Amino acid sequence: MSATYLGMPGFPPPSHPAFPSFPQAAREAVRDETLRGNLRHATHTIRAKRAGAVAELADWAALREAGKQIKDHTLRHLDRYLEQVEEAVTAAGGTVHWAVDAQEANRIVAGLVRATGETEVVKVKSMATQEIGLNEALEAEGIRAYETDLAELIVQLGKDRPSHILVPAIHRNRGEIRDIFRSQMSAWGRPAPEGLTDAPAELAEAARLHLREKFLRARVGVSGANFVVAETGTLVVVESEGNGRMCLTLPETLISVVGIEKVVPTWRDLEVFLQTLPRSSTAERMNPYTSMWTGTADEDGPSTFHLVLLDNGRTDTLADEVGRQALRCIRCSACLNVCPVYERVGGHAYGSVYPGPIGAILSPQLRGTASEIDASLPYASSLCGACYEVCPVAIDIPEVLVHLRERVVQGGPVTRGGNRVVLQPAKGHAAERAAMRVARWALTHPGVLRGGQRLASRTRRFHPRSLPGPGRAWTGTRDLPAVPAEPFRDWWQRTHGDGEGSE
Amino acid sequence: MRVALFLTCVNDTLYPDTGRAVVKLLTRLGVEVDFPMAQTCCGQAHYNTGYRHEAEPMARHFSDVFRGYEAIVTPSGSCAAMVRELYPRLGARARAEGRGNTLERMLAPVVPKTYELTEFLVDVLGVTDVGAYYPHRVTYHPTCHGLRSLGLGDRPRRLLRAVKGLELVELPGAEECCGFGGTFAVKNSDVSAAMGVDKVRNAESTGAQVLCAGDNSCLMHIGGTMTRLGTGMRPVHIARILASTEEEPAV
Repeated sequence: MSATYLGMPGFPPPSHPAFPSFPQAAREAVRDETLRGNLRHATHTIRAKRAGAVAELADWAALREAGKQIKDHTLRHLDRYLEQVEEAVTAAGGTVHWAVDAQEANRIVAGLVRATGETEVVKVKSMATQEIGLNEALEAEGIRAYETDLAELIVQLGKDRPSHILVPAIHRNRGEIRDIFRSQMSAWGRPAPEGLTDAPAELAEAARLHLREKFLRARVGVSGANFVVAETGTLVVVESEGNGRMCLTLPETLISVVGIEKVVPTWRDLEVFLQTLPRSSTAERMNPYTSMWTGTADEDGPSTFHLVLLDNGRTDTLADEVGRQALRCIRCSACLNVCPVYERVGGHAYGSVYPGPIGAILSPQLRGTASEIDASLPYASSLCGACYEVCPVAIDIPEVLVHLRERVVQGGPVTRGGNRVVLQPAKGHAAERAAMRVARWALTHPGVLRGGQRLASRTRRFHPRSLPGPGRAWTGTRDLPAVPAEPFRDWWQRTHGDGEGSE
Repeated sequence: MRVALFLTCVNDTLYPDTGRAVVKLLTRLGVEVDFPMAQTCCGQAHYNTGYRHEAEPMARHFSDVFRGYEAIVTPSGSCAAMVRELYPRLGARARAEGRGNTLERMLAPVVPKTYELTEFLVDVLGVTDVGAYYPHRVTYHPTCHGLRSLGLGDRPRRLLRAVKGLELVELPGAEECCGFGGTFAVKNSDVSAAMGVDKVRNAESTGAQVLCAGDNSCLMHIGGTMTRLGTGMRPVHIARILASTEEEPAV
């Protein structure tokens, strides 16, 4: 992967073992005033619009419940629906490939592109191909992948990383985008027009001219999919720009890489998601472009179609009865937009293509909790619950976060690579674990608690204003409360005597 | 009605004023309050930090102490949410681990009768005017677990609006988390502090003298940020405002 990382200088790529823990990465981001400003503006705008778009529907709660039920049902019978997908796609003239992990998926796609004799592909915005690092894998094979989603283009030209699921360049403002276009477009194809300003219409036109050239030339398109309808083997991509449709219809060969959890049983099920997805993500009643294709069709669209079904940790995630709800995700990014942590930190600190609250529960499940970043992601939340409230498929993100915290500090049984293994508690939590045990002991013995309270009260004049060690994390930015002269229970006993409630 | 005050470990240790205010308020409203001395902690910090198994004995202890009462009232949205939302989950997880339904059965009695203070006032006692007097300009921060886990809605604001002399001003971005989040405040202190500063700046913009909330742990974070930033505002628990009267005004 490219080492240039403009959003967060000095950080290795997320796949690198030295990627810092979330709190370390966040520390840098929180201090970046430009980033904070860009994110604040963008998240607040979309947050308010989403709330308006959702409020328009009287049956939102029912749609949300239906979305949850459809996904849960499908995941419960995923083996059956996936076979149905394979049968239907094959019958419609497509070829289905199964990829157990990122390496296998990349190998399959690279092989398919090589077989066409082409060295260029145009890409529809896709999270699955970001997840597996497809562009980098293709580059290693001498194949250039062109991102055609406007925001993905900005990220690619800027040698940057996406920081948002829906708006990958959310951390960039217009001035930064103009500078990237001016300096980078020529290296990738048609240069930016002379005298380009940061006016949105001019920036869009520059991208349009640059990309149009790619669409007309490309013979291979690569996409993901928002949904795969099992009953007919139909793939669905929803988007706003129409650039996706160009990639889906103009090339001769289309290769779609799709996570196995994207299946829905029937067309009828789309009724729910085609309402909840656009309103949750872009706050639109309906997204401008919904492309659907079933295998290949004579004289229309690509004549060759490959579907690569990607596991990459999904089956392992499915095995966990609390964590599996993360697989309901339809990648709308409403949870990112509403998250107070994401708003202050941005997406890069999450060390994954899936940032924000959903990333904090998805990455440690898809990748495991062994690395520093993955073991710290479950703590990247104040558990305020705003994400759960807006989630259109009712993923109880706080519940999964706490569940994954337990996995980090206590270990326990998990499924990795299809095998049941027992994780050891993570290193670095030994002191905390011991403190929690002592606290539990004290807090189940009222006399011990009382003794501690009295000690704190009696020594209160000697309490320092700032704490050493881990306590500095509090007193570095906040004053400590004053300890009262006596705890409540002493006052109660003095004033209400030894009533029935005594210990 | 046998009502128990579950004050919470944080309030008992650091904010006895809040406990005294709840006793004063409920007594004024004709409720006989008991403070079972054996009470300790609901186990929320353990549970939310990932030590579910350590939280279990604390939950069992809570049930032992409180199950004989008709109602359990607590001046904390997040501790009430721990009992109401997460105790059933503790039991269900224990069952899923093959440990039967003992824990579930043990915790079940305390779940439905645990109330956050403002909920108890409005829903159980059926009052919104508690006869309070508090001549200050106040802004209200709905804390996350009260807002989203318990669904307190406008109950706290209705109570505040009925307080004589109190001018309630809307807090911009009220529903955004203050950044406390229990151990989050130290594990992700930079983000927590940034959220706290934004909350305090929003509160300052209202011109209020007092920021009121129903959770002292959030107020500890907000208040600690206020003094560090040198603002003139004070954090005050809603119980202290509702307990305040013309005869015995709270500051």
